[in-house]
Amino acid sequence: MCDTCGCGQPNEAVTIRKPGEERHSHPHHHEHDHSHPHDHSHSHDHGREIVIETDILAKNNLIAERNRGYFEAKNIFTLNLVSSPGSGKTTILEKTISSLKNQITCAVIEGDQQTMNDADRIDATGAAVVQVNTGTGCHLDSNMVNQGAKKLNVENDSILFIENVGNLVCPALFDLGEAHKVVIISVTEGDDKPHKYPTMFSVSDICIINKIDLLPYVDFDVEKCKEYARQVNPNIKFIEISATKGDGLNTWTEWLHSNVKK
Amino acid sequence: MHEMTIAMNIVDIVCKQANDENAHIINSVDLEIGELSGIMIDSLEFCFEAACKNTIANGAGLNINTIKAEAFCKSCNKNFTIESDFSPCPTCDNFNYELLKGKELSIKSFNID
Repeated sequence: MCDTCGCGQPNEAVTIRKPGEERHSHPHHHEHDHSHPHDHSHSHDHGREIVIETDILAKNNLIAERNRGYFEAKNIFTLNLVSSPGSGKTTILEKTISSLKNQITCAVIEGDQQTMNDADRIDATGAAVVQVNTGTGCHLDSNMVNQGAKKLNVENDSILFIENVGNLVCPALFDLGEAHKVVIISVTEGDDKPHKYPTMFSVSDICIINKIDLLPYVDFDVEKCKEYARQVNPNIKFIEISATKGDGLNTWTEWLHSNVKK
Repeated sequence: MHEMTIAMNIVDIVCKQANDENAHIINSVDLEIGELSGIMIDSLEFCFEAACKNTIANGAGLNINTIKAEAFCKSCNKNFTIESDFSPCPTCDNFNYELLKGKELSIKSFNID
């Protein structure tokens, strides 16, 4: 079904491309044959009750588990990076990939509503990358990751970073088959983000606090932020970094090293 | 607005099942939504109506049973009702608990003709 207007047309808005690939044009046109009247009203005291007890996200969760099995079999350590727009996800990836060069192979699935900009930045680091453009969609789902991973043909014994669409709400609900969700917050945001968006912090295992070089200039209390996040998720681990200046990046890359099974 | 995706999943699931039952119309759909599932009920109702258009569920009613969140506190071994994602155990004020209910996101049943 179409993601834009909910009509019965197939959804053609999502595209998955490697840098340099042409975008196929998918015009969003609808030709609806309305063969049923729209003026009926349904009363609920008749008809047949069908009990199904089905998880609404069953299809997404099934494909996510299939992805997880694929990643485990190939020893691909997969991380789902989630944050607000502008927290520095792409810069973190650029620096991480550069510092892991010649040690661990990295691949990236970039999620954005539009543009190849992020994929082009990752491409410049030499890592394999595909860009998923979700069109109007506000999150990646497990099927997009399934297709993206196949297109990438990710190497065995590597790390796959999935950079989700910048959004602290919707991606929380969609399992992609990752080993961990990593939530990124930058100190230019409010330190009460974990209280404002508790679901995302409750489903993430790692919280990266980015742009710590700017702490002297902003009103962000790191300890308060941690305390708020722990209230939602007592087991969440913190890594404080400055992706642009390099502070704390070692802690992050050491954590990655320790998680990629030899 | 993940509620649109959720609404489309619901319509997709019930239309497929209704088709297997040779139904020509879906009258209503019954859901169970946990209070901590991350779903805005108003938004879901709005999206459901749109997602039903041009399907046999067009105009179908949506009955939502919201489930209160319940947790088991691992520090004091007691069950309690959670009001929000960051409310502590009312007995010991700890956050060391396991959620028992409240994340539900399921279709219970639907009514067809």
